[in-house]
Amino acid sequence: MITATIIMALREIRRNLMRSSLTMLGVVIGVGAVVALVSIGRGATESVTASIASMGHNMLTISPGAARRGGARTPSTPFKMEDVTAIQNDIRGLAAIAPTGSRSLMLVYGNKNWRASVTGTNEDYVRVRNYAVAYGREMSAADVRSGRAVCMLGATTKKELFGSQDAIGESIRVDKISCEVIAVLKPKGEGGMGQDQDDLVIMPLLTFQRRIAGNRDVSTIYVSVDEGRPSSLVKDQITSLMREKRRTARGAEDDFNVRDMAELMATMESTTTALTALLGAIAAVSLIVGGIGIMNIMLVSVTERTREIGTRLAIGATGKEVLMQFLVEAVMLSTLGGCIGVVLGVGGAGIASKYLNIPFVVVPEIIMVAFLFSATIGVVFGFLPARKAANLNPIEALRHE
Amino acid sequence: MLGVTKVYGKGEAEVRALAGIDLRVDEGEMIAIMGQSGSGKSTCMNIVGCLDAPTSGTYLFRNVNVGELDNNQRALLRRHYIGFVFQGFNLLARTSAQENVELPLVYRRVPAAQRREKAKAALQLVGLAGRESHKPNELSGGQQQRVAIARALASDPSLLLADEPTGNLDSARSAEVMELLVQLNRERGITVMVITHEPEMAEFCQRTVEFRDGRILSDTRKPS
Repeated sequence: MITATIIMALREIRRNLMRSSLTMLGVVIGVGAVVALVSIGRGATESVTASIASMGHNMLTISPGAARRGGARTPSTPFKMEDVTAIQNDIRGLAAIAPTGSRSLMLVYGNKNWRASVTGTNEDYVRVRNYAVAYGREMSAADVRSGRAVCMLGATTKKELFGSQDAIGESIRVDKISCEVIAVLKPKGEGGMGQDQDDLVIMPLLTFQRRIAGNRDVSTIYVSVDEGRPSSLVKDQITSLMREKRRTARGAEDDFNVRDMAELMATMESTTTALTALLGAIAAVSLIVGGIGIMNIMLVSVTERTREIGTRLAIGATGKEVLMQFLVEAVMLSTLGGCIGVVLGVGGAGIASKYLNIPFVVVPEIIMVAFLFSATIGVVFGFLPARKAANLNPIEALRHE
Repeated sequence: MLGVTKVYGKGEAEVRALAGIDLRVDEGEMIAIMGQSGSGKSTCMNIVGCLDAPTSGTYLFRNVNVGELDNNQRALLRRHYIGFVFQGFNLLARTSAQENVELPLVYRRVPAAQRREKAKAALQLVGLAGRESHKPNELSGGQQQRVAIARALASDPSLLLADEPTGNLDSARSAEVMELLVQLNRERGITVMVITHEPEMAEFCQRTVEFRDGRILSDTRKPS
């Protein structure tokens, strides 16, 4: 009986193909919009978290200068190596610490010039910042200690200076000094703020301080926190240690700034999630509008088919069976619309994610929810017209013109 | 089949469509109901067909008091015992003859294969073999009415009710349809009740009941 009812409903939908498709359109758009927007939202969230994670895992950055929003940073005293040692000795739960000094400098190889950020640091930097060596040898502790004139190139920098030529063992000129290339790093892609993370030169901090900067200053210190240790706690400890070391007066503002990547990631994630939920909710409203469209058409259909309903009742259909028939028809309309909407939504999200350059995420839960929601809409908005049909008096229905 | 008293009215502003009627119809009879419009013959038919319940009085169908049944139970009674033929044919538009005939069998939960077979046989009986896939708008009026009769027959009813089955047909087609009904009555023993206002159509029946103002005016039997 139920299969016969479904076949009957499908036939009825096919019979009025134009009207049925227009009726479905509301649900198609609603489901499609929900699925597409949520998928794109998830994709965006993932791309943001991935790029923040690529900047460094569980990382804190400590840089001199107050974190003023909007205003220019006040020039402030840089860190010293003693500060780095203090952090290393006094704070527990650090996986690695990499003091850096950096400058944007002109690089020369042969007849090629290229300006890139040159960072002097130690052997832990690669690990803290999530870099990996593509080929060559990683800068060693011995290189750092003795301040050798060696350097590692980011993928972009290597390409600009050497093209497809092998760079290992070659010497490039960094500002005034000549420096041997010992490694090329694997490309990391864009950072969370859209900057190229592969355009850089890494050399031992001592080399940088002595031969380029001409001082013993440390600008930014990168700290990698042990897995499982709350980075916010470490952040607080470092802040109070640095205030002490730098003799910041009680009540005065920090003249340095500790940034927590995990915190940043959580903020970004919650922002995108909230945005996704908002967009999804707006799209869900269109689903309800689609449901009202179905109710509208079903009511018209019941009036139009009054005689048919009368005939069915006369030849022995019970009110319940007529109710089921119209209800099934409404549910078929809405679920068919839901199916098409899911296909269009996933397809649309696929195209959009390619265009927006974010990962294409299919969210099975949201597809299920949107689909079930569309079926529910069929039941809810189909019920009123179906009940109207079932409650018709057969005699009057038969007489209806 | 036993019909007793039926009184029908509606509230204070009541229309006494039937003002007390005693009628007994036996199984296997072929009976014509005659009368002018408003005489109560259609109301009587609706009650006999279990489409409606009497306001007062008792109507027994196969010893079941129809007045005590609810809508659902009456629907089941119609489904299993009664076939309807209407003046306006009332076939489902854009649906093939075959599917139209199968419709009551769907409600009787007959399996699809058996449904197809029975519908085919019914269409053959009314002389429409080979036109199973035609839609109502591709058939003539007489053919449409025969599809409607096939539909009424498909579920093997014991009572066939025809409400002015020839009202929309010319006299030649009318005679064909009436002959078909007579044949069904004779060969299958189906009780047939025909509403008509054309005396020529009543001629086909052994018994004629005439209504006027909600009462039975006359009840005549042809000597057989």
